[in-house]
Amino acid sequence: MIGNFVQPCLAGLLSDPVSVTHYLVVGAILFVSGVACMAMKRNALGVLMGIELVLNGANVNFVAFASPWLQGAGARSLGLDGQVIALFVILLAAAEAAVALAITLNFYNNHSTVDIDRADDLKG
Amino acid sequence: MDQSTIPTLLGLAWLTPLASFVAILFFGPKMGHHGKNAAWVATAAIVTSLVLSIVAAGQWFAAHPVVAVDHGGHGQHGDDSGHPDHGDQADHGHASHGAGPALAGDWYTLYEGGDLRLSIGWYVDALTVLMFVVVTFIATCIHIYASGYMHDELHDVTDHEVTLRSGAHLHRPGRFPRFFQALSLFCFSMLGIVIAGNLAMVFIFWELVGICSWFLIGFYYERQTASAAANKAFIVNRVGDFGMLIGLMALWGALGTLSFADSTVTGPDGNASPRPGLFSLVRPAASGHVLQVPDGMVRFAAADDVARITAQNSGQPAAAASAVANEIDGWRSKGIGRWLLFIAGIGIFCGCVGKSAQVPLFVWLPDAMEGPTPVSALVHSATMVAAGVYLVGRFYPVLTPDVLLVIAYTGGITLFVAATIALVANDIKRVLAYSTVSQLGYMMLALGVGGWVAGLFHLVTHAFFKSLLFLCSGSVIHACHTNDMRKMGGLAKTMPWTAGTMLVGCLAIIGAGIPFVIGLSGYYSKDAILAQALSFSQANPAHSILFLAVAGGAFLTSFYMFRLWFMTFAGEPRDHHVAEHVHESPPVMVWPLVALAVLAVVAGWTLPGGFGLANLLEQARPAGTEATSTGGFVFGSLVHPAEHESHAGAIHATATMTAFTTALAGVLLAAVMYLWKIVSPALVAGMFRPVYSFLAGRWYVDELYHAIFVIPVLGISRLAAGFDRNVIDRIIDGVAWAARQLAGIDAWIDRNLVDGLVNATATATWNAGLWLKHLQTGRLRQYVMFIVVGTVALFVLASLVFRTSLAG
Repeated sequence: MIGNFVQPCLAGLLSDPVSVTHYLVVGAILFVSGVACMAMKRNALGVLMGIELVLNGANVNFVAFASPWLQGAGARSLGLDGQVIALFVILLAAAEAAVALAITLNFYNNHSTVDIDRADDLKG
Repeated sequence: MDQSTIPTLLGLAWLTPLASFVAILFFGPKMGHHGKNAAWVATAAIVTSLVLSIVAAGQWFAAHPVVAVDHGGHGQHGDDSGHPDHGDQADHGHASHGAGPALAGDWYTLYEGGDLRLSIGWYVDALTVLMFVVVTFIATCIHIYASGYMHDELHDVTDHEVTLRSGAHLHRPGRFPRFFQALSLFCFSMLGIVIAGNLAMVFIFWELVGICSWFLIGFYYERQTASAAANKAFIVNRVGDFGMLIGLMALWGALGTLSFADSTVTGPDGNASPRPGLFSLVRPAASGHVLQVPDGMVRFAAADDVARITAQNSGQPAAAASAVANEIDGWRSKGIGRWLLFIAGIGIFCGCVGKSAQVPLFVWLPDAMEGPTPVSALVHSATMVAAGVYLVGRFYPVLTPDVLLVIAYTGGITLFVAATIALVANDIKRVLAYSTVSQLGYMMLALGVGGWVAGLFHLVTHAFFKSLLFLCSGSVIHACHTNDMRKMGGLAKTMPWTAGTMLVGCLAIIGAGIPFVIGLSGYYSKDAILAQALSFSQANPAHSILFLAVAGGAFLTSFYMFRLWFMTFAGEPRDHHVAEHVHESPPVMVWPLVALAVLAVVAGWTLPGGFGLANLLEQARPAGTEATSTGGFVFGSLVHPAEHESHAGAIHATATMTAFTTALAGVLLAAVMYLWKIVSPALVAGMFRPVYSFLAGRWYVDELYHAIFVIPVLGISRLAAGFDRNVIDRIIDGVAWAARQLAGIDAWIDRNLVDGLVNATATATWNAGLWLKHLQTGRLRQYVMFIVVGTVALFVLASLVFRTSLAG
């Protein structure tokens, strides 16, 4: 059932000229990689890297939707807003990384480890 | 001469005691040790009043010289013209009621709406000025005397007449300031009655006098007798005041005014319109001040006819008004409205019966002896009881001949009843109290038989000698510590000043004098009353009993007064316990006695120029009362002879000789029984045993009232109390019980259902929290997995639900 739905979207992927779809595929791969990284890494720094991947996957999407050339003629695009949002995301990612690294450092100071499985002091 | 300052001076004289009252009320206990200086404050206030009154009187005499009255009955009236207005918008200038000069006006309007106008105003004529001087003078003497007499109250007092339940005597702090505070208020109230310009104001101060007497008679309120006497005085006066209220309503309802004098009212449109007062409504100047039923009362009594005429002339108010006006004289000649005037007069007189202790409301006055003696002196001479006689005198022009006859008979009965009781009383103050009642009867009788000057003349002279007698008796009681004359005797040696001044008082009250030459004050006033009563009896032979009452009363008066004097001062001491520590009173108490004794002697004299009380009063005589009047509403043949006729040789000579012989006979009889002891009083009492016990029982009036008023009232009260306790209380208790039961059910529902619901919600929330907390594993990667799985699940769900739109 899902195959029925996915197949027409991916069928001409390798033969068609580069379009939004290709970018979406790259973004999706980045996103899924990031999520996988977040879900599997026990090292807090690894988890942070996964978060960066997720954010960048989303950024790719924004940029792709913003491009007037990738969209067909007459189709609506996000325009410059896409790039601006992407810049905001990069900025936020940097800020988030700074906070997250500070938390990690504190956590290390207290627990002498960065294993997130040990960070269960507030569990129910 | 400018007399515009007279009302102001009298007004200040009136308000000064009020200032003293307020000062002592708030700062009394702080005035020196135990409030010692309160006496000075009150005395200073009353002396100020006296000085102001004398200054006002001086101005009055300068404006209206008091001269001898010719026996033609036309009093010398001052020149009324050219008197400047005082500026007050309600000022009336001279009251134009025609007779003697009078000033009237308003200081302050309490309320004004429609026709109703309540104001604090003045009505000043020679009578007002005279009463101011008399009241303030006597009050001054009594204040000075009381500051000595009441010295016991300056420290803690042990009241030997009050026994507590523990068997000990009552011990209480002294109440010196309280006494002078009430005394000041008393003077203020009395002066308010005297100066009042309208009946509403009279009524206000009338009641204030009543409450002051309650304070002072009940001064030793821990004593059962004193508090009962105070209540009795107050309640008995209420009975009279109820009548007075009816009279006020009759006047107000029919005439729409209560003010004595004419006034000018400035309406909202700025136009001044004249507004006649009571005197000129009842005795219009247009008809020569002859008494007639005023238009308002005729119209009020003929209300049905007025309504009929108004209906006939509907739409033409002017025509209706003139038609009614044409009819009024006809209605008046038919006697319509007479009863209203009669009721008004009787009603006002009812108030005077209560205040002036006339039969049947005289029972409170002897009991009022429970107050301190200075209070008795004040109540009995210048203030309370004088108020009733004064009001009858002030209101005299409005009283119809029938009302006057009622007044005369009330006075006659009172003087006789009270004099007979005084014959056998043994308490020195009670003798004086009944003597006061009797003398008030004289005054009322004099007023009732047309002797306006005679009655008020006696009021003034009596004020002097009765306050003197009371203060003397106070001096005796102060020395003997008992009221019982049977324990006294021979006091003249140890208390010469008291004995001498009291002898003067006794001689004054019996009207002693050398006939046709000179006499003490009572000689002149009593002669005037006798002469007028004789004149009245000759004009109305059917009522000659009134003259007999006066003559008999004169005999009884001299007998009981000298019985009192002989028992107290003459002979040998009867009780050596009492006689041992008898002493003359301190100078502060003796000086007022001397001052009053001098006045008791000279008050009746007329100076060669004509200056004297009688001529002064003649100046104030109400318009239209100087001539003989004939015919009452009920008793058509009633004749009130003009007062000047009683000065005619034959009548006057007869009256003087009657007074002299009766008084002499009374003194001789008293001397025979109590001085020379030729006839034993006990023997006489034994001979007339039933009469004696009837008189000693005070005609059993108190017992009668107890039987016909007190006992039924108590019975009804007990019934009402039983009903209250057994029926109303039961119902209320039942309702309360039912409410309690209902409340119990309500409480159960609240505790179990409402509270249970709330608690169950809380428990469920708690348990859900406990269960949900297990989701918080603290494993980060698990959370990420949840998010991923959840997101994917949402996408799958969304793709299933929105398949068509996605596929499209």
